[in-house]
Order: sequence, then structure tokens, then C-alpha cells
Amino acid sequence: MANYKYHILLCGGTGCTASESPKIKENFIQLLAEKNLTDDVQVVTTGCFGFCEKGPIVKILPDNTFYTQVKPEDCREIIDEHIIKGRKVQRLLYENPEDNKHISDSKHMGFYKKQMRIALRNCGFIDPENIDEYIARDGYKALASVLEQNDPKATIDLIKKSGLRGRGGAGFPTGLKWELCAKNAADQKYIICNADEGDPGAFMDRSILEGDPHSIIEAMAIGGFCIGATIGLVYIRAEYPLAIHRLQIAINQAREYGLLGKNIFGTDFDFDIILRYGAGAFVCGEETALIHSMEGLRGEPTFKPPFPAVEGYLKKPSNVNNVETYANIPVIINKGWEWFSSIGTEKSKGTKVFALAGQINNVGLIEVPMGITLREVIYEIGGGIKGGKKFKAVQTGGPSGGCLTEKFLDTPIDYDNLVAAGSMMGSGGMIVMDETSCMVSVAKFYLDFTVEESCGKCRQQASVRNP
Amino acid sequence: MDNKKIIIKMKPEVREKVIEICNNFDNNPGELINVLHQTQDFLGYLPAEVQELIAERLHMPTAKVYGVVSFYAFFTMTPKGKYPVSVCMGTACYVRGGEKILDAFKKELGVEVGQTDANGLFSLTSLRCVGACGLAPVALVDGKVFGRLAPAMIKDIVKEYREKE
Ligand SMILES: Cc1cc2nc3c(=O)[nH]c(=O)nc-3n(C[C@H](O)[C@H](O)[C@H](O)COP(=O)(O)O)c2cc1C
Ligand code: FES
Ligand code: FES
Repeated sequence: MANYKYHILLCGGTGCTASESPKIKENFIQLLAEKNLTDDVQVVTTGCFGFCEKGPIVKILPDNTFYTQVKPEDCREIIDEHIIKGRKVQRLLYENPEDNKHISDSKHMGFYKKQMRIALRNCGFIDPENIDEYIARDGYKALASVLEQNDPKATIDLIKKSGLRGRGGAGFPTGLKWELCAKNAADQKYIICNADEGDPGAFMDRSILEGDPHSIIEAMAIGGFCIGATIGLVYIRAEYPLAIHRLQIAINQAREYGLLGKNIFGTDFDFDIILRYGAGAFVCGEETALIHSMEGLRGEPTFKPPFPAVEGYLKKPSNVNNVETYANIPVIINKGWEWFSSIGTEKSKGTKVFALAGQINNVGLIEVPMGITLREVIYEIGGGIKGGKKFKAVQTGGPSGGCLTEKFLDTPIDYDNLVAAGSMMGSGGMIVMDETSCMVSVAKFYLDFTVEESCGKCRQQASVRNP
Repeated sequence: MDNKKIIIKMKPEVREKVIEICNNFDNNPGELINVLHQTQDFLGYLPAEVQELIAERLHMPTAKVYGVVSFYAFFTMTPKGKYPVSVCMGTACYVRGGEKILDAFKKELGVEVGQTDANGLFSLTSLRCVGACGLAPVALVDGKVFGRLAPAMIKDIVKEYREKE
């Protein structure tokens, strides 16, 4: 790698791309060339920084300056002042709403202070299209150590002890799921990644795939080794072209580096990943429906048992996990189960990623330790309700979830508390509504959604559709 | 089955390309969804005669192909407009007024969701979260994201594209 004095990190997430981050990149590159700085300054497009509300985001390293709402015409000033003269451009710094002071390092901002990034560790830090940057941040180290140790049972035990539960909604213990699949002998098994992200107001999985695709590849290889699968399949929504593109690049790079393919790290473990595309059916996020869809059929769910661990893809034992679940795996292996299980509540360990949106000041992608309260999320990270209005409710759990009112604001967020409160964790959509939102219309929205998206099998759905 | 008549209706290059796509997937019925994706990528939609051809190549009943095409929202049997318009009806956009944006497009384009206008210029669909909730409500026109929309802005956006013609 060249010896750059500065790195300009530029958000390539969907939100910032929509507000001209590609043009900003173009301008930076052109200006750097003009000033003969191309060898001193590197411009990197990263995944979503999370703070989409204040996008486009530009971050300068090594001094960690976090510029918000940058416009293409601001590039010249950033180069002239910051890069050449070493003076930060004050007017582009985030302004703390409490005291109107500028904050230049994101870790001091209300939005980031209470966050803890495990699954999103690399989003906004690395170029997702460059495997070397992933490797430089301990990438593929966990896979190497798992293969070197050559004891799938020990790795499964480690995941079990970490307390990791599935992030796709149901919260099933991941280690236990792997163990059940590992136990079933078969000539072929499959490890599957559920990237169908059905919640209509959420973009967590998409951001992980766009911002850090290698973490999913590494985790699937580890999972494949543990359960005895040599083939991994990612079921990804066709509506996510950028995520598909980044994942495909990452798979190709991993193959080039010998991290996918035959005899990985010189062991006798073979593993490769193929992509399968979803086609816009919410029900396909359910694992049996997903498997049918991957087989080329209509994505209709079927009764369990048989569970996928016994009879899954092509009737072979299969393990299905969510994107965010996988994103946690390499870190747990690198840092140990004790570390992971020290975060969170008694029965919900680690962190959860949420897509925080709706009538709130700081819309974005956040990752918080389990056990944080809704109030902290909405008022400290989210910066409170837009326009100083009153809070009415927060919707979690997607279409199968529920709305929580003021009296639940101090409830610590975890799987069990949200269910007890009448909602659920779901995959991580979190929509805040203010006093002007009509709850009847929100209910209608979800009902319309479930009617439209149901496979039409159960009686209730059929009767809503044809009263 | 009266396949021959239908095949004549299809342009030879379309037929050839569809056969090539099927061959690339070894005419494996398990790859039906991938075949449909690639065919729609290339053709823009999946008309009945193309579904019949795919069924024939993959050795499966046409009804099964149609069953899959009609099940998935992503597959369409009507050609898209030159500038496809998709309004985000994800939750975040909905609570920030996505429905009003959709209504404004309906009015401006004179079509309902799922339709294409008479001169084939615009088609209108709704979709779910596109990942730009920070800019809600949003819509995509020909792949470009328009954010922080208000119903009053729709007229100008449509005009911009009409003027390209
Ligand atoms: C109607 C329905 C929709 C679902 N949608 C999703 C989804 O979009 N993404 C997801 O990961 N899991 C979804 N699930 C859960 C999956 O069935 C499955 O539990 C999950 O992918 C397992 O992974 P995990 O243990 O890592 O969470 C859905 C379940 C149901 C019943
Ligand atoms: S898209 Fe840029 S911060 Fe989220
Ligand atoms: S809900 Fe519309 S972009 Fe997320």
C-alpha cells in the first residue's frame, strides 16, 4: 500500500449516493490530480456511516474529522483548507443541537456516543470492494484460526457459550442451530444466508452486505466448516443491485485469494458460495419458503418439522441464518465468547442493528448494546422527535411486530422484553411516530402489506382479501 | 399444444437469447427463477410466449412457470416504460407521506400502479425500503433516487424527463 498522508472516506450508502456522493468523489479526485496530491491522499468509497440524516458524509483520516451534508462544491474548500493547510472546515462540521458547538470527531456526537459497533464494525471504515482492507482489520483471521484448530465442535461450543441469538427475528440460539445441523449426517449439506430483508422499512442487512460483504463470506465459511457444508447459498433480494454487485466482487476476490474454493488455508476444507435472487415476496424471508424459492418454486412456506436442519435445500440438511447473525461470528471468534456475552442482558447478548426512521431527527442505521432503553435510542441517539413534536409510538418488529407507546420508553430492549411489551425484536426496523401520526392509518398500512404479501394459504388472509 | 404459432410471434433474436439463457443454466428446472431474472433483465418483462418457451426448454408445464412469475412481485408481464417510476412505500416513507407522493405520480402520469402510460414513456410501481429512509419520502425515476419529496415537486420531475424526449 502506498504511504498516504490523508484518507478521504466517502459514504457510498444508498442515502448518500442519492444526494450526490458519486459527484463528490469525482470532484475530489479531479482536484487532487490538479494539485498533484494523488500520491498523498487516497479517496475511498465506503458503506453507510449510519448517520444518513446528515449525509452525504465525508470523513478525513487520520484526524477523524467528520463532515456532514457535504455538497460537490464544498470539495475545493476541504482540499484547500483541510488537506493542504491542515485547518478544518468549521461550517461543514456537525453542530451539536444542545449547545450549537461544532463537533469534529463522530465519537463525541450524541448519535454515536451510545452506539457499539460489532456487526457494523467495518461499515464506513473500509472500501468494501477491496479485500485487503478487510484483511487489514483482522479479516479472515477467525476462519484461519477455526480451520487451524480443526475442531468444529469446539467452535460450535464457543458460539453457544457466547449467547448469540438469530438476528432475523425469532432469536433462536445460533450455536444450537449449528449443532442440530452438524449432527445430521449426509453426503451434502448447505449453509444458507437469509438476505431477503422483508421488513418494508429497514435496510440493516443491505447495509452490511454493501459495506462489509467479506464478513458474511468469512462467517458462512466458518459455519460451513462447523456443520459440514461445502456449499453456501446467499438468498438476496433482486431489488438490492448494489449489494449483489459488492457481494459478487467480494466472492471473486476471496476465490482469487484462495479463501473460497478448494483446500482453504492448506487444509482439506473446500467451500464456495453461490447467489440466489429473491423476487419480491415477503413470505420468502421465512426459511422454508426461502428454500422452496431457491429450488425454483413458488415461495410457499411448509410446516415444520421437518426442520431445514434435517431436510432443507434439495432435501439435504441445511442451516439458515440472517445476514446480521453471520456478521457477528468472526468477531466472537476473534475476541472470545466471554467478551461477547459480557455485552447485553441476561438472555440477549451482544448488540442489535436498527434502521431508525420516521418522525425523528436523526434517521439512520444504528447498532446498540442489548438492554439500552427505547428512550435512549429515540432521544439520545435519535435526537428526539422532529420539529419538537410529541412522541406517540414506536413500531418495531416489522409487519409482524407492534407499536409501543410512551409507557414502554424505559423498557430495556431485548428479545424477551419486546415480546412481553406486545411487540417483538424482528429484524430491526424501528419507526418512530409523532403526535400527528394516525395509528389507524399505520395499522391499515401493515394490514394492506400482509394481505398483499401473504401466500394466500391460511384462511384469515384469504378472508381479508375476499371479504 | 399449439406452440408453433406462438413462436412465430416472437422475434428470432429474442427466441435465441432465451434459449441461450436456458442453456446456460443447463435447462435445469431448479434454476427457473434465475432464468426468469436473466430473461427479464434482457427483455424488460416476461410475456406469455416467452414463458411458454422457457417451460418447453426446462421441460416443465407452462402453468408452473406462470405460477412462479405471478407469485413474485419482481416479475412483470407488462413492458416497463422507458423511465420506470417506483415510489417507495416502505414504512419510513409511508409515515413521512409516501402515499401522497404516489397519488401525485398517479395524477401526473395518468396511470395506476402496475401500468405503463400510452406512449410507453413512464410506468408506475411501488416498492419497499430502498435504503434511503433519511431522505424519506423517496421515489426512483429510471434508477435515480429523488429524496425529500413533496407532492408539489412531482410535476417538475416528470417534466424534466418528458423534456428529454
Ligand atoms: C413471514 C416471515 C418473514 C421472515 N422474513 C425474514 C427476513 O426477511 N429476514 C430474515 O433473516 N429472517 C426472516 N424470517 C425468519 C426466518 O424464517 C429465519 O428464522 C431466520 O432467517 C433464521 O436466521 P437467524 O436464526 O439467524 O435469525 C421471517 C420469518 C417469517 C415467519
Ligand atoms: S447512506 Fe451515507 S450515512 Fe447512510
Ligand atoms: S422506507 Fe422508503 S427508503 Fe426506507
